[in-house]
Amino acid sequence: MDGMLFHAFIYLAAAVLAVPIANRLGLGSVLGYLIAGILIGPTLGLVGAETEEVQQVAEFGVVMMLFLIGLELEPKLLWEMRARILGLGGLQVMMTAVLIAAAALLLGYHGGLGLAVGLIFAMSSTAIVLQTLGEKGLTRTDGGQASFAVLLFQDLSLIPVLALIPLLAAPGLSGLWAAGSGEPGAGAAHGAMSLVAGLPGWGYALVVLGAVALVVLAGHYLSRPLFRYIAESRLREVFTASALLLIIGIALLMTLVDLSPALGTFLAGVVLANSEFRHELQSDIEPFKGLLLGLFFITVGAGIDFGVLSAHLATVIVLTLSVMSLKMAVLLGLARLFRLQPGDQWLFALGLAQAGEFGFVLLAFSVQNGVIPADLARILSLVVALSMLLTPALFIAYDRLIAPALRTGSASAPDDIDEWGTVVIAGIGRFGQIVNRLLLASGVRTVVLDNRADQIDLLRKVGIKGYYGDAARPDLLHAAGISQARLFVVAIDDQDRAVKMVEHVRRTYPTVKILARAFDVRHLYLLQQAGADLVVREVFDSSLTLSIAALKALGMHPFKVERMARAFRRHEAEGLTSMYDLWDENPDIARNLVLQARIREHVGSLQDALNSDRLQLHDRSERGWTPPPRGINRELDGDA
Amino acid sequence: MPSHAPLAASPGRVEVGVITARRRILCLFAHPSIDRSEANRPLFDATARVAGVTLVDLYAEYPTGEIDVDREQARLRGHDVICFMHPLYWYSTPSIFKEWQDLVLEHGFAYGIGGTALHGKLFFNALTAGGPEQAYCAAGYNHFTIRELLCPLEQTARLCGMVFLPPFALFGARTAVDEGRIGAHVTDWVRVLEALRDHRLDLAAAVPLTKLNADLDAIIREP
Ligand SMILES: Cc1cc2nc3c(=O)[nH]c(=O)nc-3n(C[C@H](O)[C@H](O)[C@H](O)COP(=O)(O)O)c2cc1C
Repeated sequence: MDGMLFHAFIYLAAAVLAVPIANRLGLGSVLGYLIAGILIGPTLGLVGAETEEVQQVAEFGVVMMLFLIGLELEPKLLWEMRARILGLGGLQVMMTAVLIAAAALLLGYHGGLGLAVGLIFAMSSTAIVLQTLGEKGLTRTDGGQASFAVLLFQDLSLIPVLALIPLLAAPGLSGLWAAGSGEPGAGAAHGAMSLVAGLPGWGYALVVLGAVALVVLAGHYLSRPLFRYIAESRLREVFTASALLLIIGIALLMTLVDLSPALGTFLAGVVLANSEFRHELQSDIEPFKGLLLGLFFITVGAGIDFGVLSAHLATVIVLTLSVMSLKMAVLLGLARLFRLQPGDQWLFALGLAQAGEFGFVLLAFSVQNGVIPADLARILSLVVALSMLLTPALFIAYDRLIAPALRTGSASAPDDIDEWGTVVIAGIGRFGQIVNRLLLASGVRTVVLDNRADQIDLLRKVGIKGYYGDAARPDLLHAAGISQARLFVVAIDDQDRAVKMVEHVRRTYPTVKILARAFDVRHLYLLQQAGADLVVREVFDSSLTLSIAALKALGMHPFKVERMARAFRRHEAEGLTSMYDLWDENPDIARNLVLQARIREHVGSLQDALNSDRLQLHDRSERGWTPPPRGINRELDGDA
Repeated sequence: MPSHAPLAASPGRVEVGVITARRRILCLFAHPSIDRSEANRPLFDATARVAGVTLVDLYAEYPTGEIDVDREQARLRGHDVICFMHPLYWYSTPSIFKEWQDLVLEHGFAYGIGGTALHGKLFFNALTAGGPEQAYCAAGYNHFTIRELLCPLEQTARLCGMVFLPPFALFGARTAVDEGRIGAHVTDWVRVLEALRDHRLDLAAAVPLTKLNADLDAIIREP
């Protein structure tokens, strides 16, 4: 227990110290974590043997990250990316592997060993790349999307690569084969548990298909009723627990059938991308992912073996640089072939040039299977780590050198960002629904949030897309994309929550325009005070519509009624503005005598205006279309 | 809202002389479906970039047709040239201009006793017409010249004491873009605005014309 607390303290302290500094220096959080790891591991020796265990836990960060990425990716989008995933990704893995194998042959190594090393170095670091792209806001660029496609393919190819490696063993090393690891799909990289050990090839394929089908079907049909049931209990932490349960369950299932857990949760994410719980899941998992991923990067830094490094410094550096340049050359060529824009080509090539976390796993596995000798593997794993360490620097190079040059060169066409931007609507009851329908019909993209799961469910049945979640929670608003939204519409019926929501959004996102629904004048003032740009009283317009109908029903001329209503509306608006200051001085209306007097005056002036012919409020309804005085003709005749 | 003080109210200006002060131009623009416009849209955009011109999109400002009379009268007071920019609809303006006239040109403001606010200002239309130019004459199918068709506006301007200038007109507006005529028309428009603003447009020569843009070189003096 003591040991655990001590280590937790060390890891956290290193992160808390190093990451903000790295961020401030523009190095990005990934490099910060890596440096923190180097500090507490090889440099100060504060942590050591347990890094490997910690790393296994921390790898869960990658699993969660892929779940979150899946959530962002609707099945339709994934399908649209298929050419890139298979073409770009497939070619990248194959070409890199073959070229490295050829280089190894030239250096006099066994071909099998060369191919294994090639496959290991073909992988890039999903964790570093996606985290950095996200941090820099480059995920949605074309280069970001292409990178993602390649990373996805690499994850997929892990399964056949694990099956292939045992077949590559050099004759001389075969004595080191670990028992049982030659079976198909022996991805025993993590656990000893396996449902598929010993199955024939077709049986394994069936089990894998079954597991994937289970994830898809359960994700689609089972998870939603379950989440809805839990959401109705309104226990936030239980919802979080069930989200974690889902991910861990899938990861477990995937390990049992020797599939990559990251891939399984990614799939589950895609399945849930269309569900109403998407944003809630996102904001629940996000902090776990962030922490674990940080921990993962720290362990990479801490795991660097300085003893081996100083003994083979030149070799490691030369190897790292060669591998990275070779990967970069392949990536650049492919980027050209697939016609990425020049800026995106560089982002893609620099971003994916490192080796990845799977490299460690595959190296260990290759040693077990007698494909790569252990001392060579130690050097190679330093190459993997060093290349990961260099990646943030490459991103910085992209930022400082390439991106600015391209920006001035060609004014790149704006991406197809929707013309009107996005609108986040909080509350989809009677009020929010009207707002949402008109906006949607006008081609505006909306994100709708409501904390009643049954309401969201009902709306989904009639084809309106909403998400479950409490919009008063900052993290949920963030997950819903408030930071990129143009407008925020507050349409919930909980008055106090509405005010809090407005306050929060005004403070945190000063550029978002806020439109709010008010219960009454007092609430309207409170919302205004909280920083809403426009506040509308919820029943004002409908009451006015009914009064217009009433006057018409009494036989008053419809256009005269219309003019009166206009005058009424203007009078009301002017009154509200003029009384705000009085209210602001003392919001307690019961004690604010000045305000009371002003309200009486306001109400009275309207009555006067509408009751008498002498319009005291400059009623423009009477002013418009005023005929000239009767003597006008004599007057004008005289002019001529 | 630009509600400049009227010229005479700023003593400094009077000494310099009315001639040297730039004319302040108010372009009131109306097009009820601007997103489908081919001719008026580029004119609108170009106008927005001319210094010294106030451009008002009436349908944007009064989407329900509820015109703020005080605001419009203040605008009129603050400018020396009033221009109605619009497509020709049924040989006249889009309807919001009629509503605008009915409400803003009040007795005692624009005409009648004490109604001198508009005296001495210039008034004209900048319009686009679907029909071809040759149709707008006694022998053509539209029977009248464009200037004749604008008679009600000419008389309104006169009753309000304003100087009426012939319209700056684009004919065959539906095919102007396809035929590559719009660019030159916009250039001419900016030239007219700047000349009016800088007192380089020969008013005496312009007043009798049928359309303002018949021969710009004849009425504009280059700086
Ligand atoms: C309701 C309506 C009435 C019109 N009346 C006339 C007309 O009387 N004479 C004419 O030449 N064109 C007429 N047109 C054609 C418009 O003047 C022409 O579409 C417009 O000038 C094109 O400009 P835009 O591309 O900016 O919309 C009319 C168009 C509409 C929609």
